[in-house]
Amino acid sequence: MDLKASDRFNINSQLEHLQAKYVGTGHADLSRFEWAVNIQRDSYASYIGHYPILAYFAVAENESIGRERYNFMQKMLLPCGLPPERDED
Amino acid sequence: MYLYSLTLQRPGGVVCATNGNFVGGKTQEIVVARGKTLDLLRPDESGKLQTLLSVEVFGAIRSLAQFRLTGSQKDYVVVGSDSGRLVILEYSRERNVFHKVHQETFGKSGCRRIVPGQFLAVDPKGRAAMVAACEKQKLVYVLNRDAAARLTISSPLEAHKSHTITYSVTGVDCGFDNPVFAAIELDYSEADIDPTGQAAADAQKHLTFYELDLGLNHVSRKWSEPVDNGANLLVTVPGGGDGPSGVLVCAENFVIYKNQGHPDVRAVIPRRADLPAERGVLVVSAATHRQKSMFFFLLQTEYGDIFRVTLEHEGDRVTELKIKYFDTIPVTSSMSVLKTGFLFAASEFGNHALYQFQAIGEAEDVEASSATLMETEEGFQPVFFQPRGLKNLVRIDQVESLMPIMDMRVMNLFEEETPQVFTLCGRGPRSSLRILRPGLAINEMAVSQLPGTPSAVWTVKKNVNDEFDAYIVVSFVNATLVLSIGETIEEVSDSGFLDTTPSLSVSLLGDDSLMQVHPNGIRHIREDGRINEWKTPGKKTIVKVGLNRLQVVIALSGGELIYFEMDMTGQLMEVEKHEMPGDVACLDIAPVPEGRHRSRFLAVGSYDNTIRILSLDPDDCMQILSVQSVSSPPESLLLLEVQASTGGEDGADHPASVFLNAGLQNGVLFRTVVDMVTGQLSDTRSRFLGLRAPKLFSATVRGRQAMLCLSSRPWLGYIHQGHFLLTPLSYETLEYAASFSSDQCAEGVVAVAGEALRIFTIERLGETFNETVVPLRYTPRKFVLQPRCKHLVIIESDQGAFTAEEREAARKECLEAAKMGENGNANNRQQMENGGGAGDDDEDDALSDEQYGYPKAESDKWVSCIRVLDPRTGNTTCLLELQENEAAFSLCTVNFHDKEYGTLLAVGTAKGLQFWPKRSLAAGFIHIYRFVEEGKSLELVHKTQVEGVPLTLCQYQGRLLAGIGSVLRLYDLGKRRLLRKCENKLFPNTIVSMHTYRDRIYVGDIQESFHYCKYRRDENQLYIFADDSVPRWLTASHHIDFDTMAGADKFGNIYFVRLPQDLSDEIEEDPTGGKIKWEQGKLNGAPNKMEEIVQFHVGDVVTCLQKASLIPGGGECVIYGTVMGSLGALLPFTSREDVDFFSHLEMHMRQEHPPLCGRDHMAFRSAYFPVKDVIDGDLCEQFPTLPPDLQRKIADELDRTPGEILKKLEDVRNKII
Repeated sequence: MDLKASDRFNINSQLEHLQAKYVGTGHADLSRFEWAVNIQRDSYASYIGHYPILAYFAVAENESIGRERYNFMQKMLLPCGLPPERDED
Repeated sequence: MYLYSLTLQRPGGVVCATNGNFVGGKTQEIVVARGKTLDLLRPDESGKLQTLLSVEVFGAIRSLAQFRLTGSQKDYVVVGSDSGRLVILEYSRERNVFHKVHQETFGKSGCRRIVPGQFLAVDPKGRAAMVAACEKQKLVYVLNRDAAARLTISSPLEAHKSHTITYSVTGVDCGFDNPVFAAIELDYSEADIDPTGQAAADAQKHLTFYELDLGLNHVSRKWSEPVDNGANLLVTVPGGGDGPSGVLVCAENFVIYKNQGHPDVRAVIPRRADLPAERGVLVVSAATHRQKSMFFFLLQTEYGDIFRVTLEHEGDRVTELKIKYFDTIPVTSSMSVLKTGFLFAASEFGNHALYQFQAIGEAEDVEASSATLMETEEGFQPVFFQPRGLKNLVRIDQVESLMPIMDMRVMNLFEEETPQVFTLCGRGPRSSLRILRPGLAINEMAVSQLPGTPSAVWTVKKNVNDEFDAYIVVSFVNATLVLSIGETIEEVSDSGFLDTTPSLSVSLLGDDSLMQVHPNGIRHIREDGRINEWKTPGKKTIVKVGLNRLQVVIALSGGELIYFEMDMTGQLMEVEKHEMPGDVACLDIAPVPEGRHRSRFLAVGSYDNTIRILSLDPDDCMQILSVQSVSSPPESLLLLEVQASTGGEDGADHPASVFLNAGLQNGVLFRTVVDMVTGQLSDTRSRFLGLRAPKLFSATVRGRQAMLCLSSRPWLGYIHQGHFLLTPLSYETLEYAASFSSDQCAEGVVAVAGEALRIFTIERLGETFNETVVPLRYTPRKFVLQPRCKHLVIIESDQGAFTAEEREAARKECLEAAKMGENGNANNRQQMENGGGAGDDDEDDALSDEQYGYPKAESDKWVSCIRVLDPRTGNTTCLLELQENEAAFSLCTVNFHDKEYGTLLAVGTAKGLQFWPKRSLAAGFIHIYRFVEEGKSLELVHKTQVEGVPLTLCQYQGRLLAGIGSVLRLYDLGKRRLLRKCENKLFPNTIVSMHTYRDRIYVGDIQESFHYCKYRRDENQLYIFADDSVPRWLTASHHIDFDTMAGADKFGNIYFVRLPQDLSDEIEEDPTGGKIKWEQGKLNGAPNKMEEIVQFHVGDVVTCLQKASLIPGGGECVIYGTVMGSLGALLPFTSREDVDFFSHLEMHMRQEHPPLCGRDHMAFRSAYFPVKDVIDGDLCEQFPTLPPDLQRKIADELDRTPGEILKKLEDVRNKII
């Protein structure tokens, strides 16, 4: 398949649009850390949304469900610890 | 294999709740979301919570809100779910359904990070609603009404902010100014790119006000200000003349009042004195009470303490915020204050409760205030308090909830007719063993001994207009006893009934006369005391009688029928005679239809296995209209009108139809529809009820006709939410019964059994199971059955709690401090066992753990016990509390091959287990116990240290298999410890389950599904020969057959995997047992892969699975229990025809009746993996709730009648329960 320049431009802009609209859409230069952060945030959001899972964790940790939900929300700030140092190039 | 999935017990846990006037009128109702179901509850006059409606929505409900348009009399419900849609529901009283008013799609389905649905807020004046996601997205919908006063909804207005986490959202009460919504937000964009961690440390939560400009139709960020970083919850403060407006921000340890242009008013939340310093205090639920003149807030902390928050204000300036200790109740997920003075507390775990307010916390108590807030160098000065007994609230009702079910087993330990379900439920001090029996619970009101063995009982009114019954008449072999009902029930002799003969029937005749039918005649007692007697001709005796209020038919010995009718003057006149071919087995006449003089149908059962319908019309009197042959002679007949329910509380439109019910001598109940015009019989259904021929009696349930069937156990047939249900009663065998109504008991039953007269009422209609509760000490983990003496061995463990002795010491100290003296110590033992599960006496117990929860210890402390319990009595015969932070996680019974000790108990424990920051432990142990005192007690044989947590134990070929972390190890019994025999370390993560069958071992990994292993004795090797290709986070597993395992994963799926037949044969035939192939494993896995044969999304975390049959002689199905406290069953279909029928019905139901909250049914059942070979019975069972024309349309497509479909649904349900 031969891509015209306009097509390529079009695909890029589509991708940009997707990245802006859907948090967590990947791109070619995605680092391991960014990927992991997205996965973790998605997971925490899913735990918060699925009440039975929240209850399952709450039983395991012997905490109240409300506390468990709060803990997961707090963890969404830095889900994988501090970001790595950036290479200058 | 095709399975039919059916929920047997709806989930008990509550996700969220909201209250309002949904029915319209003065009453207050509560809408409760239980995960996948939406319930409408209402407290009745006596303070009992009644369920008006319960709908399965096939989606996860995450948030609920209620709103009212100004000037309207009725509230709407807004539902935020995982459907990517906002749904507004209105309750329709006429049809008893939730009617979907609006359904607005805004995003993808599923619980996603940026798709709204997690939070909902409405403007207090009902002008707008905001729906928000955990991150970024917030949408505002404008609500209004059109010219016809219908609710309208605008297109969504965006209030997004990317890289922002939302913690809570609420509507701000600002009267009729532009609607404002408040949100707690946290921006993480800088923390994500700053490797030094400075940005993360500086990250600050903000309270942001969003204003909806109704004129411009636009949402703007109006105001944003930093707020305490522990903030987690917002509560609206009344405004617009009723209060100062603004919001309460609940944060860890603090409550802060905030409003635009107003300084913060902050107060600390009082702490329990015994709380470890490392722990904060977090508010988990809140409720607001509003009256015209005042308002206050009730905030509950994560420990269960409720605080009353009041605001001192002058106009809209708040001068002081006070937090006063109110009461302590079990931690709730949601609280609702009703205007009628009730507090509905939906517990996070365990039973929910309805409380009544005794006081509103005006009395003196521990109080923290913004005025006395002290800031020192270490932060704000805390305020301490000690929890105490309930002062302001009184519990008046509770709603049972099994949440969470930790383990379950179906067994017939008590050798009853049906097996019992043993479930371990609850958490911490509210844990219990609940024994569930299929059937309705009864409440026994009175039992009195009679002077002989009664054969029958009736109740009779003196006048048709009387509300209550006047007499109970009991017949013996040679006498009749008459009891009058008043304040007490006592024998009378002035009733006019003949007491020297047995009776065949006693009833009210006409409006106000009584009739007694005895073997030698009919005695008619007129209202003024005159007595007319009709005597049988010759030596014949009356053998059977059938009657209603105006008609009587008697059968004489030999088979002669004589028909009497009541004439205008109130005389009983003989109308017709008819000779039947043989003796009559039973008779019944349908009740007189409204506005008519007679019923047209007489049903006669004969010993030649036939039932005939005869006409009673004057034109064709005693003509046979139809004949039905049955499998066995009928014993009892009942013509029951299943009433047309054109709506009201009972839902679904049902055409009125008369059912002929016959109890046959072989124990089968036979039901068939009688055509109202021709008397033809059609649409027959039969069901085996028990070993004795069912005797049928009519009864009233909730003012409707119902049927009692007495076989070897009693059954009740009644209509519940549009379904006709035939459910067993959990009661002993009864001989004869009649409905009973008196001052004390409006809808009861009087029955005879043995030599006793029993009066009882039937409780909690619509429930599938009734429960017996045995309280436990800590969160139960697992249990096994001691095979010899049938005792249960239960392991319980809790993290972050004190041992019983430590708690005892602390309690003593506290009681002494409170100068309560010695009398508090009298019931120490009982307090250690945290009181009775359903007991109402804990209110006066000074510090019941069940109410207050265990005091929190540091998170690295563990408490645990091993308990031997006699399930018959509920008594604990042995309780071993583990010491020094040791906690039990697994157990099994094991018979070692040398048989020296007989059955031993193996318990796997861990010492000092910690999950954070990294999973670590001091040591793992396997304890071996011997049963002593005939299995009632345990004695430690020895204890073996292992390197990890033994999460699963299992007997295998006279040895013990243990799953310790990723190692599977085989142990033999030694004198002083267990001896390692063989091991395999090749499991991917952690072994959580093991089953054995013949020489195979089925191992479940926490993250990687099942692995099938074999043990080669000659080479002493354990090896994996097959595994699953899908990573599954196992939460439950069960062995189905040689090649098949059933499992459930953390995300709420149930699946079956099977090793293909040819592979299985190959392995079994291979002399190396597939071992050579094993050595060549592929891609780090086993050489053979299992196939997934069944897949189904339950929508709830399944914690236990078992293959069992719940009815005697019924097919086996897979029963599962979930975290939310629901029980369900998967029944394998036996014929291809049924599979076709139900899959087509399911398909039509999906099309014609999409789920209420907007989630696509197919997408829900395929949420993680595409659903495979499972038909959703819960959806099919919604068929009877459809309007009749839709039912007919679907039935036509399936080439059947709606009646046939209903029958099919009933049949398949009867195969399960």
